[in-house]
Amino acid sequence: MSGGVDSSVTAALYAEAGYDVVGITLQLYDDGAARGRSRACCAGQDIHDARRVASHLGIAHYVLDYEDRFRSEVIDDFADSYLRGETPIPCITCNQTVKFRDLLAAARDLDADALATGHYVRRVAGALGPEMHRAHDHERDQSYFLFATTKEQLAFLRFPLGDMAKSDVRRHAERLGLAVAEKPDSQDICFVPGGNYAAVIERLRPGTAEAGDIVDLAGNVVGRHAGIIHYTVGQRRGLGIAATEPLYVIAVDAASRRITVGPKAALLCDRVVLRNRHFIDRGAESRSAGDVTVRLRSTHPGAAAHLTLLENGAAEIRLAQPEPATACGQAAVCYRGDKLLGGGWIARMERTAELQQASAA
Amino acid sequence: MSGSDRRTEAIYLDYNATAPVKPEVSEAIAEALSITGNPSSVHQFGRDARDAVETARDRVAAMIGARPEDIVFTAGGTEANNMALNGARRRRLVISAIEHPSILRAAESIADSTSRGNEKELEVLPVDSLGVVSLQALDQVLGENADDVLVSIMLANNETGVIQPVADIATLAHERGALVHCDAVQAPGRIAFDVAALGVDMLSLSAHKFGGPKGIGALFVAGAFDLEPLIVGGGQERSRRPGTENVAGIVGFGVAAQLAAEDLQRAPHVAAMRDRVEQNLSEIDPNVIIFGAGAERLPNTSCLTMPGVQSEMQVMGLDLAGVAVSAGSACSSGKVEPSHVLRALGLPDGETGCAIRISFGWASRDEEVDKLVRAWRAFYAGLSARFTSGVSQTSGSGTAVGR
Repeated sequence: MSGGVDSSVTAALYAEAGYDVVGITLQLYDDGAARGRSRACCAGQDIHDARRVASHLGIAHYVLDYEDRFRSEVIDDFADSYLRGETPIPCITCNQTVKFRDLLAAARDLDADALATGHYVRRVAGALGPEMHRAHDHERDQSYFLFATTKEQLAFLRFPLGDMAKSDVRRHAERLGLAVAEKPDSQDICFVPGGNYAAVIERLRPGTAEAGDIVDLAGNVVGRHAGIIHYTVGQRRGLGIAATEPLYVIAVDAASRRITVGPKAALLCDRVVLRNRHFIDRGAESRSAGDVTVRLRSTHPGAAAHLTLLENGAAEIRLAQPEPATACGQAAVCYRGDKLLGGGWIARMERTAELQQASAA
Repeated sequence: MSGSDRRTEAIYLDYNATAPVKPEVSEAIAEALSITGNPSSVHQFGRDARDAVETARDRVAAMIGARPEDIVFTAGGTEANNMALNGARRRRLVISAIEHPSILRAAESIADSTSRGNEKELEVLPVDSLGVVSLQALDQVLGENADDVLVSIMLANNETGVIQPVADIATLAHERGALVHCDAVQAPGRIAFDVAALGVDMLSLSAHKFGGPKGIGALFVAGAFDLEPLIVGGGQERSRRPGTENVAGIVGFGVAAQLAAEDLQRAPHVAAMRDRVEQNLSEIDPNVIIFGAGAERLPNTSCLTMPGVQSEMQVMGLDLAGVAVSAGSACSSGKVEPSHVLRALGLPDGETGCAIRISFGWASRDEEVDKLVRAWRAFYAGLSARFTSGVSQTSGSGTAVGR
């Protein structure tokens, strides 16, 4: 229970249905420190809200201190990934480690029959066991962030909100008298309040943000920057360079501290190489290739593609139509219809020879 | 089982966090709430309120062998501790590594604000592996002349129950000219003590650890010792603690203090319950570690491990089985902080991270020992079974001990 409306309604619906519900809130980071307040309590308003909801529901509630493991599994990886010139998605790492590995193990230790979360995804019974499907409301769907869920985890998980619209969830919250019914959705990465990633990385890895050159596609220096952590592939704002056409970040190179900028067309790619692939779908893992729909960002609606499994946990995705490049470290997640197959982390996005010829013509 | 069923059947074994209020105390408080007057008022109503406060003061003073005029009522042990450390106005503070956070944080804060150059303003004494403060270390830290020093050492530790050699500490400290404060919050009703025998200059008490209400405590301040108040704004408590008195709370405190002697008579029985828990759990698994077992301890406190199982999981598992115990010191968020007390014993994290505290008190009954042992055994066996089946990877046992 995060203290938000989704997990509160999840707990409330099961409690209402007569299940013996135990609420657990994870203490993941020092809220006061994240907001730059040294004297704040270790716990933020969200833990307070979760306790109030649990108390209202008459269910047991506990706070598990996962600060250390969240730091080592999620925050450190987040900072290091940025310093490598990538744009990481810590929410996926968090779901993969502290939530669906550690919290799930804790739930088993407490002899629970299932772990329910407020994620907007659907768990659907399939011929070969439970499948994960996109939420009924595609706008709310969070399957992208859960692509690394294993079959064993999915068997133990429940997602009662997957069939609901957010408005349904808020209606349930009001009907059940939950004080968090009106609480706004969280937008930021939880440990980066206000969305200022660069400030967080500066704090975690002081002195690592070094200035470098901004170059154009031909390699000419067109400006300077104050550190690659301020840039992500596809970014348009904040480049500070006057040009006749809008410029985008095309590439971030950590080794040379070089940011390459160019026109939007230069972003287009049609080949994606994934590392650390993880396919929950047995069919996808048993076949070496197949047609899929791939999402390259959490906000990406999906594009037709052909998936080929490679050696060493890698995979290749060939896009039917070129797409603007996504930063390394983001996930490429594959579906067939609404069914999640799995995905991997983007190691690189490339232009095949065909695409290069086509754009040259 | 629904949450309410669980609560009605639940047993309470967390007296060191707080004790249930005794019925006589509840009655006295209910009666005192109808006292209209302000103890500072000159009229009949005021005199009645003043009389209630002073009767309670007599009782609290009697419990610790003090003079009533040396008792300053506070809003609890934390305030009393803060008042002692701040109010003594000594330049150097000597405390131990196992003090309550209200001593540790207050001492750090004072040291931060008075620190000049390289002079050490705060010394933290180590404890041995049983959790007893080192007199030898105190001797060294005090040096020849310690008349600018306040020594603050607790009488009994809240987590392990280990009793500290406060009388010896006070003798040594006074020889060197130091003042001595003692946090005795865990002691009343559990061990007999009085301020004269301890020889301390100040001593903190809290009503809710022995059947009184929460939010009321006292600082004993010997003689005419000039204590600086923490807050200003009124002449109450001889100007040492301004603000209209918490009359009902003080009355409840007084009744609890009067009844503490009964608890002392029952202490051997409480100790027997505690010993039976330790014996039974050690029989279930001989690897159970009992912290401070070789030292003189409070009769009601046991701090022991469930081998390989993180403290917070034990507290949750036992709570769901209707047994209330605790781990570490719970902060206001409810998250369990790593125990600085157990860390100070110098034992591996793999042991201290698996400790829980079981603490008995005035309403504890023999059958609660049996229920605790049953719940402990069932939770431990269930975990082992699930772990053997290879499901639990991280928080069950073996792999994820400590922090």
